Amino acid sequence: MKITLDADKCCAAGQCVLIAPEVFDQRDEDGVVVLLDAAPPAAQHDAVREAAAICPATVIEVHA
Amino acid sequence: MSPTTPMSEMSEMTMFTAPAPLPVEPPSGCPFDPPAAFAALRTTQPISKISLPDGSWAWLVTRYADIRTILGDTRFSSDTTVHGYPLSGMTGGPSTRNRGFIRMDPPEHTRLRRMVTREFMVKRVEALRPEIQRITEELCDAMERAEGRTQGGVDLVQALALPVPSLVISLLLGVPYEDHDLFQGLTGTLLSRTVPDDEREAARAELRDYLDRLVTAKEADPGDDILGRLIVEQQRTGELTLPQALNSVRAEGTPIDVAAFAALLLIAGHETTANMISLSALTLMRDPATAEKLRQEPALIRGAVEELLRFHSIIRNGPRRAATADVEVDGHLIRAGEGVVVAVPSGNRDESVFADADRLDVCRPNAQHHVAFGYGIHQCLGQALARVELQVVLGTLLRRFPAMRPAVPVEEIPFRTDMSIYGCHALPVTW
Repeated sequence: MKITLDADKCCAAGQCVLIAPEVFDQRDEDGVVVLLDAAPPAAQHDAVREAAAICPATVIEVHA
Repeated sequence: MSPTTPMSEMSEMTMFTAPAPLPVEPPSGCPFDPPAAFAALRTTQPISKISLPDGSWAWLVTRYADIRTILGDTRFSSDTTVHGYPLSGMTGGPSTRNRGFIRMDPPEHTRLRRMVTREFMVKRVEALRPEIQRITEELCDAMERAEGRTQGGVDLVQALALPVPSLVISLLLGVPYEDHDLFQGLTGTLLSRTVPDDEREAARAELRDYLDRLVTAKEADPGDDILGRLIVEQQRTGELTLPQALNSVRAEGTPIDVAAFAALLLIAGHETTANMISLSALTLMRDPATAEKLRQEPALIRGAVEELLRFHSIIRNGPRRAATADVEVDGHLIRAGEGVVVAVPSGNRDESVFADADRLDVCRPNAQHHVAFGYGIHQCLGQALARVELQVVLGTLLRRFPAMRPAVPVEEIPFRTDMSIYGCHALPVTW
């Protein structure tokens, strides 16, 4: 799995951080999403897909 | 109509009657269910016309997928000054003056929202958890000492549900909590659907005056809080001589209206969570098996809060949008200049997304897919805070008051069908 972000669109709702805290974080100055692991291990894949599905601004793109 | 009017004429006249208003009443005897009309609309007419109080009309959107499509598409504008925006009867009143950023579109919305997003991000809110727990324990201590328990019941709304989020947002913003009677009262008027628009406007003006005075007083000594930091930012961008490049950036943007920020965050910060607390507490009192399950496994409370947000969907009057282009949504054409009202409680009971949607299931795997906080770039800024407040308060109530129950029959609880935010006006409890 490979993850890319379109952080310009991020509205800092923070749902990805709640769902997959080992993969996503928020930067201190404005809460915009930061990728901690662009190629997370298999154990994280379900959570990452869930985060991508829930993200209100469709920032997270998951590539197989 | 005369009793001799022929049937053919009657049906023709029916065709031209105004559409019905937004459904708001829960089904009789089911205060936790959304208006019954939504289920039928989702099947037969997922995008239908409703009438607004001034006689105009808007599209009502009831299916989950369509709600996400519309709230996720910036061609549906949040700017209340855009042609066709459905202002009549909207939450907080129809005035387009002193708009908060929820009534704006990008790039202004993005610029202003990002000035406060850091304040509500997950790690900042998690750091507040001990303080929220402390506030909750103190209010629970006071509730234990209250005499009302044996005399008709303690009102859980006034004793706990409203003070917790009010105290927390006052603290974060830097608004003196001693003024809570004033700002809670004005917020109540602003969020009422039954008071006339001019009365709501008067409440809005009074809240604005109060916050203007507060912001002016804080200008000399901004303080370590959200309003203080916004004032510093305003002073920095408004008073310093900026290089030409920065000046041109600033010229494109509206000046920072600190009082408008304050009004938005103050209103949104306490009524919403307060009503979720009382409705959720009442639901758990009436479902002892679920309450016991959560007491045994406190780790389930996070998921339970998501399910309670989905189940109760307290936002009952929008959000609203105006189409700025002709857009086809699921085969239905919405034309530029037409207004849209989204039915959050309907989307969250959509069976095509949430199996057995009318049942509360605190272990529902996809509960967090709810649209209780909205969807799209305007999704609730304070959602992490609301989640922690709900987790702390409900967890503490379950632990400290396992025998808590309503002190009156449920039919006697005054539910808020007259408000834009559903809940209970009062919730007498005993234990």
